[in-house]
Amino acid sequence: MRDITFTAAAREALTECMEADPAIFVVGEGIGPRGGNFATTLGLYERFGPLRLCDTPISERGFVGMCCGAAMTGTRPVVDFMFVDFILDAIGEIFNQIAKMQYMSSGRLKMPIVLRGCIGIGSSAATHHSGSYYSIFANIPGLRVAVPATPADAKGLLKTALTCNDPVLFLEHKNLLATKGPVPEQGEDAPIPFGQARVARPGSDVTVVALALMVRKTLEAAEVLAQEGVSVEVIDPRTVSPLDFDAILQSVRKTGRLLIVDESFQPCGIGAEIAARMADAGFDELDAPIRRLNGAFTPTPYSPTLEAAVVPTPEAIAHAIRDLMAE
Amino acid sequence: MMVTKEQALALYRAMQTIRQCEEGLARSYAAGLIHGACHTYVGEEAIAAGVCAHLTEDDAVFSTHRGHGHALAKGVTPRELFAELFGRATGCSRGRGGSMHLFKPEVGMMGTSGIVGPCILQATGAGYSFKLLNMPHVGVAFFGDGASNNGAFHEGINLAAIYQLPVLFVCENNQFATEVAFSYATRNTDVWKRSKSYGIPGVCVDGNDALAIFAAADEAVTRARGGGGPTLIECKTYRTRSHAEGMRDGGYRSLEEVEAWKGRDPLTRLAATLLDNGTVTQNELEAITQDVRATVEDAAEFAKNSPYPDGATATRFVYAEA
Repeated sequence: MRDITFTAAAREALTECMEADPAIFVVGEGIGPRGGNFATTLGLYERFGPLRLCDTPISERGFVGMCCGAAMTGTRPVVDFMFVDFILDAIGEIFNQIAKMQYMSSGRLKMPIVLRGCIGIGSSAATHHSGSYYSIFANIPGLRVAVPATPADAKGLLKTALTCNDPVLFLEHKNLLATKGPVPEQGEDAPIPFGQARVARPGSDVTVVALALMVRKTLEAAEVLAQEGVSVEVIDPRTVSPLDFDAILQSVRKTGRLLIVDESFQPCGIGAEIAARMADAGFDELDAPIRRLNGAFTPTPYSPTLEAAVVPTPEAIAHAIRDLMAE
Repeated sequence: MMVTKEQALALYRAMQTIRQCEEGLARSYAAGLIHGACHTYVGEEAIAAGVCAHLTEDDAVFSTHRGHGHALAKGVTPRELFAELFGRATGCSRGRGGSMHLFKPEVGMMGTSGIVGPCILQATGAGYSFKLLNMPHVGVAFFGDGASNNGAFHEGINLAAIYQLPVLFVCENNQFATEVAFSYATRNTDVWKRSKSYGIPGVCVDGNDALAIFAAADEAVTRARGGGGPTLIECKTYRTRSHAEGMRDGGYRSLEEVEAWKGRDPLTRLAATLLDNGTVTQNELEAITQDVRATVEDAAEFAKNSPYPDGATATRFVYAEA
């Protein structure tokens, strides 16, 4: 094990997979000699050349649609879109074409395509560089949606994304990119299957489900709560589609209490989905109402004081847990 | 362009197959056998036949909502086409697609589409695959005049141009997007001229002249396979039936205009040329017509007698199966 950054771990996965599979190529703005806005492809252009590290014009719909056609004809494209907000211009290509192609062709076409890039609020990036949208993607049949929270998960999940035959949204919270964590030595790591949650912290009094950056914030809150004598179990689903609901149910069987912490919007979000399924399958396990803590239902503001006010903080998470324990 | 007798007969057969299938499908629609939309290609047969004559099963075709002709010319059988529109398990998309989602990847038919524009991007992507894999295949997008005002046209052609991809962009300018005239929708009704903006070759051909299309496609395919990049081919044509079966066809164009274009029928013209220059005989053409008639009758019968897919399988193929 060594400690490396989230970005370095994901880049390792990409490099290893590109070495193993000559059909993988990456497209995006500045992912060639520049190495990517977030160093996602640093050094790869020199190694794999311009056809496999394909710089694009600012033409999101164009290159996402192009990669749809490429995936249909024997290659494995990786769209490095920088910020998820940018590929909203290509949403029709993703929802109508990429997601439906296997179905429309009755399974005779495969769609091995990875769409990867940043999500999340932070660094005063303002509202055109702060979206998350994973709940929206998870609403569409045919897509896989991975939202890793640690460097090891980034590597393992990206390896799965780069070897599976379904289209994958691989979403990287921008405030996680520079975080470090333990990752197995190269050659000793295994791909992490989709739909397998991770217990980020075991506990017995309350279950908190969190994704991406919210996992770290929830772990901070859990540390504080531990000093108050509350044992918090933190579940990180790691993929939103498929969702490992069983892992959440199993945890709630133990704790009887459930809070979902989600930076993204509350209405019709992943928290609502988890809550609905818990009300259905786990009603008798619950000792208290299901609670959600979300980012504010608003576009993302720029000013640091405004920005801080729209995302759940460790303090707000701790507060929500205390409230839930008081029920 | 001179074509061999074999090429001429194949071209005529392909066009007859499309025409008779479309007329058969129109009858089937009227008889209530087709459950959804049915956009026919009558009047435009020369384009699919003339282009696909140069393609193999390894070349990839991406089509539109008016795509029966492309599917047939690329190797979907009349049986598979009829069965798909009849919603049967034996259809080319196993009943999941219908008219606007005809797939047969085994022969490079990569789908008709209910959305105008994406086929341009996908054909570009096929070109990217073939270039990356160093294969001599081409991607072909068929689309209408309507798509040429869509952003996909600009983005797809620009990408194919900068990467010099082996792609044909075939614009079937039938002059109406549903019922909106192309002359209303753009100030420049010559789509081919836009090729200059992207720095690629562009050519305009009579879309009802099969031999002219055959020649233009030959040149473009040869250039693409040889690494010379994409070509935009505009085929000026006309659909002589309504936008979709079951729709009225008036108010936006005159009966006289429709009749005038029927007078330029691509099948009649090809037959006349081939007979005039002695390439084929009347008997040979008649034999093809009769043979196709039997094929289409068989296809309709086959489709009618085919089972519907089992409802229990409706959620299969959303994701790749292991």
